[in-house]
Amino acid sequence: MHELQVTERILDVVLKHAAGHDVSSIVVIHLRIGELSDLEDEWLQRYFDYLSRGTLAENARLAIERAPIVMRCEGCGSSFEIKREGLKEALCPGCGESRFRLVSGREYFVKNIEVV
Amino acid sequence: MDEIRLIEVKEDIQADNEKIAEELRRRLSDQKIFLVNLMSSPGAGKTSVILKTIEQLRGELAFGVLEADIDSTVDAEKVAAAGVRAVQLRTGGFCHLDATMVTKGLEGLDLEGLDVVIIENVGNLVCPAEFDTGAIRNAMILSVPEGDDKPLKYPLMFTVCDVLLVNKIDYLGLSDFDMDVLRERVARLNPGMRIFEMSAKTGQGVKEWADWLSREARSFVHG
Repeated sequence: MHELQVTERILDVVLKHAAGHDVSSIVVIHLRIGELSDLEDEWLQRYFDYLSRGTLAENARLAIERAPIVMRCEGCGSSFEIKREGLKEALCPGCGESRFRLVSGREYFVKNIEVV
Repeated sequence: MDEIRLIEVKEDIQADNEKIAEELRRRLSDQKIFLVNLMSSPGAGKTSVILKTIEQLRGELAFGVLEADIDSTVDAEKVAAAGVRAVQLRTGGFCHLDATMVTKGLEGLDLEGLDVVIIENVGNLVCPAEFDTGAIRNAMILSVPEGDDKPLKYPLMFTVCDVLLVNKIDYLGLSDFDMDVLRERVARLNPGMRIFEMSAKTGQGVKEWADWLSREARSFVHG
């Protein structure tokens, strides 16, 4: 799995943004991760704890919010949210079509950081 | 106690990789090299499909292969033995390739006279789906023994690929794999996905897929 690379990137990004803001420590990192990602919150935190040792982000908590899977219907063009488990049986709530295209749900987005 | 401050970041952590991938695509477009990223589980038949495809299009298109199997040169040796230019990328245990690794790998491949380069990505349906390699087209293989339920288990992979090769159809009679069910499951995730049923072993269906690849590569190179 690619937790290592993802957490490395998160660390790089937050350290870059903390620089120049007179930060003594990063306390919380707010992330928005797509529902289609297979990475587990607990493991991301463990990798992050390991990688962030000795940096400003040591002991920072990853606050992860999941971004929903959004599909666009090929039939009527309307967009709707769908649960991962619902992919199997889903029909467009607008027109009942079963052919969809992915709009979002695969992102790894760093929203903001809480620092002291 | 210091007061907690909020610093806005608003950054996509994949942005760097996507930038490198876009750069690579621009370069390949100038060099007229059609780069295909081939993904599948281990054992679905990536190497055999590559060899059959190259054989089918011999004399028509010149191929190179970027091999990314984890710390082994078995696949690169097989491909090189078939007289195809191949480079082995030692991913050192990495579960996927990203655009930086592919850019580096291509530096080790003599691109002169090549039309198509196929990336044989690391065998895995999860991680490679998350990283843009800079390829022009993403292709995946699902082999019949793996089952028709894979779009439900690995939806992301099925949404990022342009084409699906259902390999080992010579096993269909031995399994409860339902092709109609598979097609319906794929359509829910990616209705534009091209699906080719084939067997690299018997050669059935190889031509249809190879013709598609050839058309795509030609329109890219001459387009």
